[in-house]
Amino acid sequence: MPRCHISTRKGLFTLERGARGWAIARAGFVGDNVTLSMHDPRSGHLYAALNHGHFGIKLHRSTDGGATWTEIAAPKYPEKPEGYKPQTPVEGTPVEWSLKLIWALEPGGRNEPGVIWCGTLPGGLFKSEDGGESWGINRPLWDDPRREQWFGGGADQPGIHSICVDPRDPRHLKIGVSCGGVWTTKDSGKTWMLTAKGMRAAFMPPDKQYEENVQDPHMVAQCRSNPDVLWVQHHNGIFKSEDGAASWREITGVSPSTFGFAVVVHPRDPNTAWFVPGTSDEKRYPTDGKVVVTRTKDGGKTFETLTRGLPQQHAYDLVYRHALDVDADGRTLAFGSTTGSLWISEDAGDSWQSLSSNLPPVYAVRFEKN
Amino acid sequence: MFLKMPSVRFTRNIQRHVECPTRDVDGATLGEVLHAYFATNERARGYVLDDEGKLRKHMAAFIDGRQIDDRDTLSDEVPGGAVVDIVQSLSGG
Repeated sequence: MPRCHISTRKGLFTLERGARGWAIARAGFVGDNVTLSMHDPRSGHLYAALNHGHFGIKLHRSTDGGATWTEIAAPKYPEKPEGYKPQTPVEGTPVEWSLKLIWALEPGGRNEPGVIWCGTLPGGLFKSEDGGESWGINRPLWDDPRREQWFGGGADQPGIHSICVDPRDPRHLKIGVSCGGVWTTKDSGKTWMLTAKGMRAAFMPPDKQYEENVQDPHMVAQCRSNPDVLWVQHHNGIFKSEDGAASWREITGVSPSTFGFAVVVHPRDPNTAWFVPGTSDEKRYPTDGKVVVTRTKDGGKTFETLTRGLPQQHAYDLVYRHALDVDADGRTLAFGSTTGSLWISEDAGDSWQSLSSNLPPVYAVRFEKN
Repeated sequence: MFLKMPSVRFTRNIQRHVECPTRDVDGATLGEVLHAYFATNERARGYVLDDEGKLRKHMAAFIDGRQIDDRDTLSDEVPGGAVVDIVQSLSGG
């Protein structure tokens, strides 16, 4: 049965598609702040990341489809070396070596059972090789002096929000950092390359706008059938790579806006991608109060503005970076908003159905993909 | 002379996540007392202390009703028979 998990400020809600369509079938962790979920297609297990505020960041796992949950280990930052002197980032305050948020969770490759990658604030990439029983920080990236120059985008501290595991070779990873560009490894994280050439950061002084390590890619999406094609919703626009992140090209002139957080790409068509725009950096709500989805089917040459079934007056929903997803069929999409609205489409975005306008603020929407 | 051990009490709010009954444990500083408590309740450690071993930003600790001074290395002295309270700050919401 098709399923989709909605992580919200006050619980994890599971959608199922029954004979009469999609509906919320289960509420879990009600009252708790669930920031992200992950379905592991290899084991069938579900993972939920919680932010308990006072009590810190926790990770839970379910082996029965979400009926029951068990707390497992959360990533833990290493101890600072004796006499460690951090470099000072743009914000002037070096990060604490302590977990602030789980911001990305991705299964490793098909032939790597138990491998899970986790991106965090403040700027840590962790790997588990035992299904989340234990975690280790990726030292080559954490110890890279360029990592210390990362700075917060949206949050007070930098974070890794996107992890793209190459389906052709799971040793090839790309990660997105706000703010710190896009990084690539081809050896499971032993060595890293900064791969944000061509991105532009309008928020920086003019002579620094094309520096790769200051870029703020809000979300990185990799096409499953053609992994050299990547789409990025960046802080100041839409960028695309067709050479595996070696270079990026800005796509301009998209109506109503190129500002936003979320992007997804069709799993079998690298030319088709969807975005949910806001007005601009300083006005984070839909242009003219109209919720729209923008879609390209020709690799970014042209975009359609999709509105059928979406509110077209006085709607101030913002969609966060993890709150849009496309299922493995490439036709079923869902997105949720900061004001608790949730929409689903079964025709690739041509039309949308409202499933709720009363949820808590939505942080993440994730289909179960096998 | 026999000195009574300090007693540690936890906020009610933590109990739904991880059970933290009041217990008497040995120790002369807050750090020693908490580490003795967590030695038999490891999961609770991460709910009270961060990855660097500091008291979490939105938690507060009292020793016989006096708020502690040292949140980072937990060096405040704990007299024998003292009551240590671990509670939530209101600052975190």
